[in-house]
Amino acid sequence: MSRAMSGDRASQSRDRGTPLGSGAVSSRLVVGRNVRKVDGVKLVTGGAAFTDDVQIPGMLHGKILPSPHAHARIRRIDTSKAKALAGVHAVLTYKDVPRVPHTTAGQAWPEPSPYDTYLLDSKVRFVGDRVAAVAAESRAIAERALGLIEVEYEILPAVLDMEQAMAEGVAVIHDEPDSTKIYDREHNIAGYILREIGNVDQGFAECDYIIEREYRTQRQQHCPLEPHVTICWLDADGRLVIRTSTQVPYHCRRQVAMILQIPLSRVHVIKPRIGGGFGGKQEMVLEDICGALALATRRPVKIEFTREEEFYMARSRHPQILRMKMGVKRDGTVIASQLTVLATTGAYGSHSTTVQGNTGSKVLPLYRAPNMRFECHVVYTNTPVAGAFRGYGCPQGFFAQETLVDEIACELGMDPLEFHRHNVIRLGDTDLLSAQLGEGKEGLPRLVRSCGLPQCMETAARAIGWAQKRKKFPNGHSHLRRGVGMACTMQGSGIAGVDWASAFLKMNEDGSFYLQVGASDVGGGADTVLSQIAAETLGVSLDKIVITSGDTDITPFDVGAYASSTTIISGGAVKKAAGKVRAQVLELASKMLDAPVDQLDCGNNEVFTTCVCRKSVSMSDLAMQAMYREKLQIMDGASHFNTDSPAPFCATFAEVEVDTETGQVRVLHLASAVDPGTAINPMQAEGQVEGAVAQGLGYALTEELLLDAAGRPVNPNFLDYKMFAATDMPKLTTILIETDEPLGPYGAKSISEVPINGPAPAIANAIFHAVGVRIRKLPIRPEDVLRALHAERPANLEEEALLTP
Amino acid sequence: MLGSRGVFAMKTMELHLTVNGKSLNWSIAPGELLLDLLRRQGYFGVKRGCEKGECGACAVLLDGKPINSCLMFAAQAEGREILTIEGVADGDKLDPLQEAFLDYGAVQCGFCTSGMVISAKALLLRRPDPSEEEVREALAGHLCRCTGYTKPVEAVLAAASKKKNRARRVKPVAEVAR
Repeated sequence: MSRAMSGDRASQSRDRGTPLGSGAVSSRLVVGRNVRKVDGVKLVTGGAAFTDDVQIPGMLHGKILPSPHAHARIRRIDTSKAKALAGVHAVLTYKDVPRVPHTTAGQAWPEPSPYDTYLLDSKVRFVGDRVAAVAAESRAIAERALGLIEVEYEILPAVLDMEQAMAEGVAVIHDEPDSTKIYDREHNIAGYILREIGNVDQGFAECDYIIEREYRTQRQQHCPLEPHVTICWLDADGRLVIRTSTQVPYHCRRQVAMILQIPLSRVHVIKPRIGGGFGGKQEMVLEDICGALALATRRPVKIEFTREEEFYMARSRHPQILRMKMGVKRDGTVIASQLTVLATTGAYGSHSTTVQGNTGSKVLPLYRAPNMRFECHVVYTNTPVAGAFRGYGCPQGFFAQETLVDEIACELGMDPLEFHRHNVIRLGDTDLLSAQLGEGKEGLPRLVRSCGLPQCMETAARAIGWAQKRKKFPNGHSHLRRGVGMACTMQGSGIAGVDWASAFLKMNEDGSFYLQVGASDVGGGADTVLSQIAAETLGVSLDKIVITSGDTDITPFDVGAYASSTTIISGGAVKKAAGKVRAQVLELASKMLDAPVDQLDCGNNEVFTTCVCRKSVSMSDLAMQAMYREKLQIMDGASHFNTDSPAPFCATFAEVEVDTETGQVRVLHLASAVDPGTAINPMQAEGQVEGAVAQGLGYALTEELLLDAAGRPVNPNFLDYKMFAATDMPKLTTILIETDEPLGPYGAKSISEVPINGPAPAIANAIFHAVGVRIRKLPIRPEDVLRALHAERPANLEEEALLTP
Repeated sequence: MLGSRGVFAMKTMELHLTVNGKSLNWSIAPGELLLDLLRRQGYFGVKRGCEKGECGACAVLLDGKPINSCLMFAAQAEGREILTIEGVADGDKLDPLQEAFLDYGAVQCGFCTSGMVISAKALLLRRPDPSEEEVREALAGHLCRCTGYTKPVEAVLAAASKKKNRARRVKPVAEVAR
């Protein structure tokens, strides 16, 4: 089986909003080009680039004692034996640290997540919750010390099933009085959302067909190859330095200062290279406790999660039960849709209402229905904490919606592709649900100013051979049946009106520029893309940009790497700052070349006149003139935010082979066509798609963090939690359909999240095409398929038939 | 009672080995893992991803064969030759594999990159012109959460077939906008 390389990228030229055919040649020299990652050499040579790649003299090793119980009160805790162990420098329990309610969600202030978490508490709420923390001279001593801490627990009834969490008489997980922003603590409800546009009941009454189904999604873990790791120390001035694997250095600084009750100005957060985040590092998981240990010992302290700890003590994707109802006219026009979600946030409400809000606001408006309702309960359970995870609520929502839509199309006798063509959001549309449903509050309407979705659908359909295979399959009497399925998805580009970023640039004597951004490259290539934007704007080659990112002492503010915001928001700030610096450059050049500014341009590392005289001055000569004759540092900075969140679009098509004897599903080919606006670095953009697809394949077929009846993790390791490896991957086709987004720097939107949403529904739909059974839970395991195949009647007839009102 | 340096500090032993062509004598603790030793000695390119031999981030070549350094006691490396990612380039001159990883966008976060390059190096020493299946097989022990493996596989194939003149995907940095 040969696999397509990613070279089959459809190159598209640009026009405002819609993609055009090839022909137009870009005048851009750096933006839109494949360039090497600016931080690449140190990564391929094993340079000391990551958080843990330092040796600090006198550094202690921190360890956290995880709760063995899902729900318990600490009746007595005795640390004396642990403290007496030689080499132990500190043992902290809830008695030793400030009690400050907070959220670990790295969100903009005021965080929309409940303040229900404490540095250490007298109550533990999931297996893996913090009981105590130790700092010792070696990891072995620290581990030994954990075993010497004597704890007497009062074991409380645990709430593990999210469907039981709201029932009367069930244990209350957050009974502490000082937590705030919890929707209904008595019923374990962290957050509740109800939003409606149009009139859904009336809309359903107007429909010819209505269909309603229930879907279930699982607990997926981020599995960054680098587990969370933090090193804290006090610098020579006594300030707390936090070198950490974070996506959100600035939020981390603010939160740690609040929790440890030290002035914010006394905290310095450094984000080195990060070994993958995927949302899991948009969380303050270790920084607070590591900081507390450093303050207690006055020594450098490192805490590094083991892989097992990463699985259950870090974060995961919110499991959901989704009830989706959609009503259509006889011709397939969607009139009304309703999504009712029950989700669990685990023991703490990190990202609870915002992830689940996205399940509605980013999913339902894909269809142009005038009537939509979204209702959601997010409940606490005594399970590992859920949080931000690439897709942020959309993979769950799109699994439900795109599987339901396929079912509707099939029942109507319509080609699902035709159903999508007929119904999906298009250029010029306004998504009004997003106006109601923002970041934990009212949002802003989303206007579609660029949309390549129709082209995404057509090119990906061609790549998979949709027209022929839809007719040809299902094939013959072999036990191996093939089928094709599709899904369309969208996302956002930054949180409208919330996410903002800043950038600062200064010119050096040799005509190079120093670029400082708060943005956090977590491996996706933000430093490269931001450097490309700066170089393009200043008319210099990429090697003339020297970037520093994600250091709260050195770089200006940025909310951090999340919500697909970095390219559009941080990139917007860089473009603005570079524009200001360019103006200063031109002003000095005007003097030097004796030409008006409007007859000057930058490019090729020089400033030149655009008139026939063709005078020019090199950037380096100009810089020397500025610094040593004019006594002028050419420098400027800028801040940037958007009041809209332009949607990137994606069409995902899958071809599968189902073994009817074993239930095994093999994905043969997965084609993703994505509209990211302008791809600043197409090669990196493709990489984002391919990585998201690999995670999406795992979400669809193999990945689930399982808990036993006591809430203990069953499979916290890479053998039992199956990620796709190089030999498991299907043939991938990645297609970029570029559009020109007016709100983005050089027309860019975003790309990192949207492609993760499609694989699960596209595969589920392909399975139905192959063998006629609907699987409505993730991951789709062989036994699920086999069970459905062995049901006496085809599963789709087993369900209630289509209702006619 | 244990000394203040922990359970492993009760005794030390001398280890003689070759790392990246350099003959070395190191003092180690009997229970020390090769991964921990190498990182302690500053070979930070050897990554700690799982400590169970499941992710491949800590891979090094032991006498030319890729192994997970988290699954081996340092003491077992006595008299052996080790190649880490730090020894793959020839001074400032990158190995063709490293060049290809950069040119084909095979590096995202870079945490799994060392292991992948190391295993690919072993593959190309054994099979200078491997098939795509062989490349995937060689990388199968290296979990990557960023790339979906497409570009790393592409990079290894490109490095292997320099003679076939695969087109470079990127322009050198200094040439962009020139």
